[in-house]
Amino acid sequence: MADLVTLTIDGRTVKAAPGTLVIDAAKQNGIEIPSFCYYEGLSLQAACRMCLVEIEKAPKLMVGCTTPVAEGMVVRTDSPAVRTARKMTLEFLLTNHPLDCPVCDKGGECELQDMVFRYGAGESRFAEMKHHVDEKQWSPVVFYDGPRCILCYRCVRVCNEGMGVGALGITNRGVTAEIAPNKGDHLECDECGACIDICPVGALTSGTYRYKTRPWEMEYDATICGHCSNGCKTTLGVRNGQIIRANNRDKSGVNGEFLCIKGRYGFDFVHSEERLQSPLKRVGDKFEEISWAEALATVAGKFKAIKERGGKFGVIGSNQTTNEENFYLRKFVREGLGAPNIDHRRTGDVGALLQALGGKQGALATVGDLYLTKAALVIGSDLSQQHPLLAYQLRANKRHHNAHLYVVAPGAVREDQYAFKSVRAAAGGELAALEGLRDSLKAEADLTILFGDSLQGEAVGKLVAFADSLGIPVKYVPLVDYSNSRGAFDMGVGPAEGGLDYNGIVSATDLDAVWVVGENPLKDKALGSTGAFVVVQDLFLTETAKRADIVLPSASAYEKNGTVTSVTGEVQKLKSGAKVMGAKPDLEIIGLIGKEMGLNLGLIWKSDKVFEEIRKTVKGYDLPLPILTTGGAAQASAAEVMSSEQRAASIQSSRDTLFTSGTLGRYSKMLQSVMESPGGLYRG
Amino acid sequence: MPQFNEPSPLEVKILTKRFQLPNSASIDTYLATDGYKAFLKAREMTPEQIVEEVKVSTLRGRGGAGFPTGMKWSFVPRNSPKPKYVICNADEGEPGTCKDRLLMEFDPHQLIEGMMIAGLAVDAHKGYIYIRGEYRYLIEIMDKAIAEAYARGWLGKNIQGTGFDFDCYTHTGAGSYECGEETALLESLEGKRGVPRLKPPFPAVSGAFQSPTILNNVETYAAVPAIIRDGGAAFAALGTPKNGGTRLFCLSGHLNKPGVYELPMGFNLLRMINEVGGGVRNGKKLKAVIPGGSSCPVLRADECDIPMDYDSLAKAKSMAGSGGVIILDEDTCMVRAAMRLMKFYQHESCGWCVPCREGTTWLKKILVRFHDGRGERQDIDMIGELSKSILGRTFCPLGDAAAMPTIAFVEKFRDEFEAHLNGKCPYGQH
Ligand SMILES: Cc1cc2nc3c(=O)[nH]c(=O)nc-3n(C[C@H](O)[C@H](O)[C@H](O)COP(=O)(O)O)c2cc1C
Ligand code: SF4
Ligand code: SF4
Ligand code: SF4
Ligand code: FES
Repeated sequence: MADLVTLTIDGRTVKAAPGTLVIDAAKQNGIEIPSFCYYEGLSLQAACRMCLVEIEKAPKLMVGCTTPVAEGMVVRTDSPAVRTARKMTLEFLLTNHPLDCPVCDKGGECELQDMVFRYGAGESRFAEMKHHVDEKQWSPVVFYDGPRCILCYRCVRVCNEGMGVGALGITNRGVTAEIAPNKGDHLECDECGACIDICPVGALTSGTYRYKTRPWEMEYDATICGHCSNGCKTTLGVRNGQIIRANNRDKSGVNGEFLCIKGRYGFDFVHSEERLQSPLKRVGDKFEEISWAEALATVAGKFKAIKERGGKFGVIGSNQTTNEENFYLRKFVREGLGAPNIDHRRTGDVGALLQALGGKQGALATVGDLYLTKAALVIGSDLSQQHPLLAYQLRANKRHHNAHLYVVAPGAVREDQYAFKSVRAAAGGELAALEGLRDSLKAEADLTILFGDSLQGEAVGKLVAFADSLGIPVKYVPLVDYSNSRGAFDMGVGPAEGGLDYNGIVSATDLDAVWVVGENPLKDKALGSTGAFVVVQDLFLTETAKRADIVLPSASAYEKNGTVTSVTGEVQKLKSGAKVMGAKPDLEIIGLIGKEMGLNLGLIWKSDKVFEEIRKTVKGYDLPLPILTTGGAAQASAAEVMSSEQRAASIQSSRDTLFTSGTLGRYSKMLQSVMESPGGLYRG
Repeated sequence: MPQFNEPSPLEVKILTKRFQLPNSASIDTYLATDGYKAFLKAREMTPEQIVEEVKVSTLRGRGGAGFPTGMKWSFVPRNSPKPKYVICNADEGEPGTCKDRLLMEFDPHQLIEGMMIAGLAVDAHKGYIYIRGEYRYLIEIMDKAIAEAYARGWLGKNIQGTGFDFDCYTHTGAGSYECGEETALLESLEGKRGVPRLKPPFPAVSGAFQSPTILNNVETYAAVPAIIRDGGAAFAALGTPKNGGTRLFCLSGHLNKPGVYELPMGFNLLRMINEVGGGVRNGKKLKAVIPGGSSCPVLRADECDIPMDYDSLAKAKSMAGSGGVIILDEDTCMVRAAMRLMKFYQHESCGWCVPCREGTTWLKKILVRFHDGRGERQDIDMIGELSKSILGRTFCPLGDAAAMPTIAFVEKFRDEFEAHLNGKCPYGQH
């Protein structure tokens, strides 16, 4: 480490790394230098002048957010001159800013409000007409109210630098300057809302949240986004059991403040009027609402009878339910029903990678690693569409550390824009294309490889062999979709020796009972076993639920506790926030069916008890509880759970884009309303 | 014959020596009057010698800040592997300034030659002349001169067999005063919005297209051929110590003979008004002078017995600026003058930073109200205070340019502001 610089801030002698900005050096020592335009991780602007400080020997006040520390520097952040300057900056800012905080959407969590409260300008001498322009709607998500905008350019930068979209710019000049969307009068973009959340004032507001509530009227529950496999932490703002907004302003979780449109606005499926709120029983070709007691008794009775007469079960677990639910379901099926036919829908070949790694530890990258790796290789994925957080991390790594990114993809992807090398290869041609990159890759200090579903089985083994031959440290991310695919795999939701896999269960013609927990296998297929008794647990009356004899309404990820495992194998806890009347968590439903059947699995269906059992029995899941219970992420170590034979089921990515997310996305009005929906892959 | 004010016998014509010649803008006239000789001479010198000669001349930037030109050129890292650029600031936006246009209209080749010599000095092979959009006719004149130079082998590859390559282009300004600020100019040149850049890095290290760049005013480059041809010492000797050479003073306002006059640096301001400019118009008395373009604090009549060079004006708490000398007679309403100037700065503020964007807007509104007879006593102090809250706190010097003259107006002519409080202009001007 380079020698530290010694300087004085407000009379205290402090040390800071060379190159540290004065504003950061102060912060590291608990001294606040107020700022608007300065934003950690984004480029420097020096525009708001809120951070002016006194530096001895400088002829005038200096900008704390762009001045680096120097040996012997003497900084004053609270001198009369500094205080006056701050007060004036605020008074200037307020001249054209509406002073209607009581009706502003940002009231109570506005940085301008806080600064005025803290640093003065309680009285204004401004007695002139304010400059006014009308509010504009740029998309179903984004609204812009020019007069409130303090032109800190955070939105412009987060969109350009953070998201790699660059949909926002600045138009006009002087006091008429304002932020402008890429299509003149509207936006066509990721609709991620990063710009809205980063806005310090009420200039940018979201279509889902604006004018619905006050921030202090909500309770906050930090949980994990239920849409894709990246495992973003999202903090739900809940009022009376209803989710009103989701964001991650406290930057907790593996994602910092990142969220895509699904994490930030796609929660509205929870309160869709199409949510199932009562168990249903098929009567002819119609469904009738029945009580939970009747539903559970019917299912338990049928299951018991089929089990007793040695009938055949086919069970499909979910890559969206919790680890506890999948673990419990597997235990129920294997031990309680003694049935071999259980599987889940596979979206990436995690198993082949684990097998090829042969128990080697430390070879799976975390989300954090993606920000630090010196080089990354993305194979067969439109990362910004399919794995937005992973793409965001690589972009930040490139921006801050100039990491080299290599892309091997069948079509144009956003990563091409900043890739060190980018090649096109159709599915099947990836490994050949890699040979062309061999020399450059060899020269890297280390590498992280992210690969999609186009590499499976043997091809994954060849990829690992190729990587081993480079002679540099390599880590991997086997890309899978949905919020808990990795967990479903790790919990061993797969067939026993000789059992049917996912496709086998759907196409078999001789099953007596088919039980589907949170999956939609009949979306575009008919069930082979036409005579089977079908039980479906779901949030909605999906194509599969429509074929059921009994439908049991289940709770979504936002309504329950438990753990999920992200694409990078990082385990995090869900925390229930919302409440939907009538629905029950899948774990409880499974437990109650068992109880009705009189099964004794030796494990009670409480998520923390089940997790305790997982920690004891699932390889790689002996994770530190303190990290998990405090909202952190702990990576499960790589353990091969299923034999390759068991993994024979066909593997296919969901091909979800930024604007789709299987069944859930179909019931999100917000996702459906943006013009980019449903989006497309490999369009750049 | 192009229109030009009558020259004054007191002028020392170095940069303007060809202005009176027929077809002064043509390459033939230029070549017949020592044109491009300085380039050939410089080609025989080392880059260090060229820079040294410019240092000896004590030439200081004519664009406003008066930074020593030789020193600026010496900051360019000559061994950088990147291409280097020579950029001419022909945005001429400072109110009261109208000299760069004449230098381009009457002697475009002198500017081209100056830029070529700068190219030799810093190992640059490309020059851009950023000309304000309103000067469309000058863009045509410059383009014609550049075409002539190419045709006659004074631009392009292997110029006159010397092995030196230099290309030169004009670029249309984006129509804003701020685009004359050097880093905003670079942004604009690159096709972006005309807002200033964070410094460091300074343009000498990372300017146009992230490459080492020197950027000078038209008049600064136009002085270079004479310096190389006749020697830096000779140029320096024309002016006062550290303020070498002549400069083009743009005399405007309430004068009998307004015009652009080339006079030695340090020429006395009162003499300039009375002997060069023919005295105050209509026999009126002098009230005040804005000595270097609208950004420079006003001088009261009793402060005008002063040598017009950078250091003397700085000592008088004003600036030599860009050479725009604005004469105000005894009937001038200073409130109106202050308002008029603030309207300009408010209109031209790029809006990047808060104190300038909001401060100039607020000040303009107060001054308009004041001028309309709706001023209040506390407004007078507030005008000064708000200006001081802009001063030294903005991103680029435009904020200072708006604040400094306003502070001077209020401090030096407070009685006139007070006289407006009864709702009437004492000069009956509004
Ligand atoms: C707001 C503003 C406007 C300016 N406009 C001009 C201009 O129109 N022409 C010019 O030569 N310099 C202008 N300048 C000065 C330039 O920033 C720069 O200092 C100058 O072009 C450097 O050339 P010089 O060293 O030859 O003077 C302006 C500066 C500011 C702050
Ligand atoms: S919603 Fe996201 S992509 Fe769209 S403008 Fe805002 S930051 Fe950019
Ligand atoms: S809209 Fe918000 S984030 Fe964007 S510049 Fe304005 S105040 Fe800053
Ligand atoms: S002082 Fe600020 S707002 Fe004014 S022109 Fe410069 S950067 Fe723009
Ligand atoms: S925080 Fe430093 S200028 Fe805005």
